[in-house]
Amino acid sequence: MAEYLIKNGFVFDPVTGVKGDKKDIAVKDGKIVDSVSSSAKVYDASGKTVMAGAVEVHAHVAGPKVNEGRNYRPEDKLFGTRAGVNGMRTTGGFSIPTTFKTGYAYAQMGYTVVMEAAMPPLYARHVHEEIRDTPIIDEGAFPVFGNNWFVLEYLKNNELENTAAYISWLLRATKGYAVKVVNPGGTEAWAWGLNCLSVNDPVPYFDITPAQIVKGLIEANEYLGLPHSMHIHANNLGNPGNYTTTLDTFRLNEGFKANNRFGREQTMHHTHVQFHSYGGDNWGNFESKSDAIMDYVNAHPNLTIDTGNVTLDETTTMTADGPFEHHLTELNHLKWANVDVELETAAGIVPYVYSPDIKVCAIQWAIGLELALLAKDPMRCFITTDHPNAGPFTRYPRIIKWLMSKEAREERLTTFKHADKVISATHLHGLDRELSFYEIAQMTRAGPAKALGLMGTYGGLAPGMDADVVVYDINPEASFTPDQIEQAFTAAALVIKTGVPVVENGVVINNGNKRTLWVDAKVNENPQVLRDVEEKFLKYYSVSLNNYEVKGGHYIPNPYAIEVDATQ
Amino acid sequence: METVTLTIKKAPTLYLEAEATTPDALAGKSLDQIRALPVYMGNEEFTLGEFFEIAGAPGATAADTRVVVKGDVSRVKYLGMKMSAGELVIESNADMYVGAWMTGGTITAKGNVDSFAGTGMKGGELTIMGNAGNYIGSAYRGDWRGMQGGRIRVKGNVGSDTGYFMNGGEIVIEGNADVHVGTHAEGGKIVIKGNAKSRLGGQMVEGTIVLLGTVDVMMPGFKYVRDEEIEVDGEKMTLSLYVGDLGERHRKRKGEPIYGKLYLRPVKAGEDAAAREARLARAREAKKARFAPPEGSASA
Ligand SMILES: [Zn+2]
Repeated sequence: MAEYLIKNGFVFDPVTGVKGDKKDIAVKDGKIVDSVSSSAKVYDASGKTVMAGAVEVHAHVAGPKVNEGRNYRPEDKLFGTRAGVNGMRTTGGFSIPTTFKTGYAYAQMGYTVVMEAAMPPLYARHVHEEIRDTPIIDEGAFPVFGNNWFVLEYLKNNELENTAAYISWLLRATKGYAVKVVNPGGTEAWAWGLNCLSVNDPVPYFDITPAQIVKGLIEANEYLGLPHSMHIHANNLGNPGNYTTTLDTFRLNEGFKANNRFGREQTMHHTHVQFHSYGGDNWGNFESKSDAIMDYVNAHPNLTIDTGNVTLDETTTMTADGPFEHHLTELNHLKWANVDVELETAAGIVPYVYSPDIKVCAIQWAIGLELALLAKDPMRCFITTDHPNAGPFTRYPRIIKWLMSKEAREERLTTFKHADKVISATHLHGLDRELSFYEIAQMTRAGPAKALGLMGTYGGLAPGMDADVVVYDINPEASFTPDQIEQAFTAAALVIKTGVPVVENGVVINNGNKRTLWVDAKVNENPQVLRDVEEKFLKYYSVSLNNYEVKGGHYIPNPYAIEVDATQ
Repeated sequence: METVTLTIKKAPTLYLEAEATTPDALAGKSLDQIRALPVYMGNEEFTLGEFFEIAGAPGATAADTRVVVKGDVSRVKYLGMKMSAGELVIESNADMYVGAWMTGGTITAKGNVDSFAGTGMKGGELTIMGNAGNYIGSAYRGDWRGMQGGRIRVKGNVGSDTGYFMNGGEIVIEGNADVHVGTHAEGGKIVIKGNAKSRLGGQMVEGTIVLLGTVDVMMPGFKYVRDEEIEVDGEKMTLSLYVGDLGERHRKRKGEPIYGKLYLRPVKAGEDAAAREARLARAREAKKARFAPPEGSASA
């Protein structure tokens, strides 16, 4: 099979500890190898930067709410539709791109694996059909558990084994990858017109608290030994003063230790922490609490986070946090979509304009950058935009520019309409740190791969790993402008995905060999859970079990199942 | 000011999308460069020169350029789209999106134009000598940013949904308007000199609608406030002010809600009120008949 040699590039790879040394990377039969034969195709990467394929830990890129966003925002595609070239498909959309643009744009930036962060189990088939239609990138999807009736009932009765057996069943039924929790209890409360704004607010009817849900799901996750940890979007998102709720949520993770065979060390991943790091008690005295948040994160190695950077664009917010989206539409008066997903979850969608002329938006922008700049361990803090909530994923190169260049972020910070107020409500102005290429590789490759339990496959350039290799046209040893950083990361000079060149000179040239990741967790047979599933489907669900399960073939033409054995 | 003349030489088999016809697109270019500009039909790209005979010369800037489009362009879309300065004259009927998203300059369409003229318009003047289709001065599908500024004048009649999500600027219609005027508007002014049908100012938040002719059916969400003397298209007159849509959210200034304004000709007391009552009674009867329980059913 094909052999490639990427010669003479400056390699940044946290997995092998290479920090910018000139090195050749050899690829054979889809894997990184020590050496290749003389017939290997050679790419000259001299004067360029070489990294592993990047790993997206949290984005909303497939499924019913993404598609409803596309459906109800035709204006998002206005003037942005482009004809396909090189046999590729037509693309369109800015904050909610078509599936084709999603695959191409991630690949062009050097991303080779992407996690869809919130799969409503009832609509898992839709999620997988969109994943199937998203070319090049490997993808997995996290089913949501934090407001699921089975989970609420089992955890209320402290039934750990039943919770774990249900998780195992649902991961298999939906072909899901991890345990996602969104506004634990609060989304179910929304079905009653209420919310849970603290970890101790009881969930109506179920009489359980968010704290019990979070701890119970961490415990069940570690009981199963899943590749990824419990992945949470905490209560009270987006509100002034919510950093205390975030710290309360973090504390629920204390005392837990990771149990898995994948090298993962954290037991909680908290996502889009930018939206959860707010001080003040109203929009007037709204301020950054990134310092308190990062002090906690830095001191607790069993916790990982992603940033959720605001990019200052017009975007589309969408989340399973139904009450939050209602709150947002009341604030900005823009159109609102809302749905209740039977026994499982809910979702809402509202367009949002993060204007640099609005003080709160500018403060949010600063907080996202502060989190990354205050992170002592870049292996535990990952760059995201919670796409499309804080901005589209296509802005990652710009965020990398701001993180790598104080000059670039000062230029932005000091030209905000309310620059003085923004500077006094944030810490960014006083932060001199400029992230290195190595730290960027930690935050976008090795770190998220490790947190997802995929460190043996993705995010590194060690022999035996999947050959996802990216060359960026920027010379780390020469001088470059901040804008050159953004350009280089926007359109990679070369992307090899599992041994196949898919992007050359920033242009997509091949649809690659896309795979769907899911976790097959085996547990002891559990007749009670199976009986409960059957009963709830008969009693409550609008579909039968037969029309629920995601079967292979049509939905998952190219599966990559990760097996976990939790039988005893 | 220099003039470029574009004379259509073959009718497009489908519809031609020709946004490269603005003074902005043509200014400073040679005739050969102008002929090579892209136009689109279906999913194929063509050149302007394949469809138009091009004569004259553009000015150095858009402001120095007048573009005259001759021949039947009733199957050509996006004439004058995003234009910022200069002048565009369309001598016959034109298709959709004339002057959409324009920010400045003047457009004169001597015939009729189809729907979406002046969509998202921010500035400049658009004059339509004939009739206009639906959604003039409105927002693009899904968008909440309709006409923001500038002026549209239609000498003839307009279709439905005029000024949908309008936020600013002025639309003057010398003829009649079909249903839905100023729906979801949050600003701007619409003057209808002829007659209107129904649903004026539905879900209107702010802005002004002036109707000098008759209206078939008023929205229930507007209430009479007082008679006022105002200026309408350069003429002073006394009209009755109604405010609404009372069912919508409204900003407050000094504790008082700011409503959308609807001005109508004052009516002689009693006369029209009686006519309106009679019409409502007829509507109630019609509705009752439609929803009447089937013969012999048990419902009361
Ligand atoms: Zn998210």
